[in-house]
Amino acid sequence: MSDTSKQPETFSFDAEYAAAAEKIIARYPEGRQASAVMPLLDLAQRQFGGWLPTAAMNHVADVLDMPAIRVYEVASFYTMYNLEPVGEHFVQVCTTTPCALRNCAAVLKACREELGIDIGETTSDNKFTLQEVECLGACVNAPMMQIGDDYYEDLNAETTKSILQELRNGGTPEPGPQSDRNGSEPAGGLTSLKTGTGG
Amino acid sequence: MLKDSDRIFTNLYGQDDWRLEGARRRGDWDGTKEIIAKGREWIVEEVKSSGLRGRGGAGFPSGLKWSFMPKEPTGRPHYLVVNADEGEPGTCKDRDMMRNDPHKLVEGCLLAGFGMGANAAYIYIRGEFYREAENLQFAIDEAYDAGLIGKNACGSGYDFDVYVHRGAGAYICGEEMALIESLEGKKGMPRLKPPFPAAMGLYGCPTTVNNVETIAVAPTILRRGGAWFSSMGRENNTGTKVFCISGHVNNPCNVEEEMGIPLKDLIEKHAGGVIGGWDNLKAIIPGGSSVPILPKSTCDTVLMDFDSLKEVRSGLGTAAVIVMDQSTDVVAAIARLSKFYKHESCGQCTPCREGTGWMWRVMERLVVGDAEIDEIDTLLDVASQVEGHTICALGDAAAWPIQGLVRHFRHEIEDRINQRKHSAAA
Repeated sequence: MSDTSKQPETFSFDAEYAAAAEKIIARYPEGRQASAVMPLLDLAQRQFGGWLPTAAMNHVADVLDMPAIRVYEVASFYTMYNLEPVGEHFVQVCTTTPCALRNCAAVLKACREELGIDIGETTSDNKFTLQEVECLGACVNAPMMQIGDDYYEDLNAETTKSILQELRNGGTPEPGPQSDRNGSEPAGGLTSLKTGTGG
Repeated sequence: MLKDSDRIFTNLYGQDDWRLEGARRRGDWDGTKEIIAKGREWIVEEVKSSGLRGRGGAGFPSGLKWSFMPKEPTGRPHYLVVNADEGEPGTCKDRDMMRNDPHKLVEGCLLAGFGMGANAAYIYIRGEFYREAENLQFAIDEAYDAGLIGKNACGSGYDFDVYVHRGAGAYICGEEMALIESLEGKKGMPRLKPPFPAAMGLYGCPTTVNNVETIAVAPTILRRGGAWFSSMGRENNTGTKVFCISGHVNNPCNVEEEMGIPLKDLIEKHAGGVIGGWDNLKAIIPGGSSVPILPKSTCDTVLMDFDSLKEVRSGLGTAAVIVMDQSTDVVAAIARLSKFYKHESCGQCTPCREGTGWMWRVMERLVVGDAEIDEIDTLLDVASQVEGHTICALGDAAAWPIQGLVRHFRHEIEDRINQRKHSAAA
């Protein structure tokens, strides 16, 4: 909420987002619409392009009939709400212990080198913002990073750089493990569920 | 080793179709109506007899927990809240269940929900799991369309709704009272207990909060019987469990195994062994970042279940096994966890808000040996003052890794301090 120069004067949901908001509000009992504050802030952030200006928080407060301060409290408590602008691709590298043991330092270094920015910074063309984050819950596929809504796992310096290059060139790199496995199964051959799908 | 035919999560790796058709082929939604027809009491008793203990970390007996809900309607809604805010470092099992086997969770919500007399379930999934939430919502929509949930679920005459609620990045919301606060649209700050959620939970209504895995295993237990589940593992530690094996192993993976499997077997059979061989092992955190670390000598023989790990002053926690080989700087590994807890403290209770930052700063100095020997005892003293003096268990979770480190690796910390003093003197 600090940089007023980037703050828009007004914000409201467009038709598509307003319909999505209405659907979400219906999940909660009557009179409990405040429960929808988190998903609605997420919608507002998506519509606005990756961050939440004050006008968007005020709009969510109006839609949910909540005091604006309650919405600001929520928006500032949870880490996924960006109160400052971020680049088109929000790169979040996990550095908690399980990723640290699998050399997330190399991933972070590759990001710094490829993007030419440090943690917390945005490239001058507004394409990338780099952030260090706490455990993202993909520890058996460490090291990993999240870009936008997708996880990129089993990374090393080379794969990290090629993902960023592809994004810079307007491509959509395939999410998931960047190794030859599909998910969380052990590399080098299954040790369970070998008999098809069991059941 | 557990037979595939005794595994519950038969699509853990996403080899098969995760949608309704695939789920049905794997046995989900089979005879759900008939199970409901056996009644609430039967469901709770069957889960009690299975010996199932909560899979989120605390290990409380699940059937007993469900039995705390009001026996008769109270005129208010009753809720099941599923804790899918998976964020304990090392843990990534619920993610696989939701993206690859979401119908197990949806059916589990109905059966567990009916068993405890709930009218609706809210599944609180961490916000970063966007794709997983998509799969889960898709599965819920499929279940509504097929008449499996909603009005007259499965033709049982019981009405039951299931909703997804996405979080937005806060580890603390994995604590059940913080999760309820968050679900009500507030900051995720834990509430004091009592009142317990079964009396006053979501919106002040009777509520039970259960982990994803606890709910997702329920349908299979009810179909195959509590006796089947309790025939695996050992007394008071029954059934199967999904383990997450990360860190210095050749093949990190998730795997469903029998409770009580020796830690060494788990790693050697499924994760390709410790990098450089078992003798290259230094230490293991056996149950997610919050439980105390174990030295190799304990890992040689310990069994992976609640009681065995408690006996060696650690815990099964979320069954997230974080392996560290001889190359690991254990002090730095634990210091990184201290940073995590400092970052994730909600700031409500003074011992945790101030203590997590204080402990982290001391840990950072210990990493480079920039301390006095007696500061190790001061650190332990502060850790013990944080532990047990906060509303929720985050304070304990921040203290335990440090206590475990000093218990088993004090010599390393002391060596580092002495070495620094020595080189400064020289």
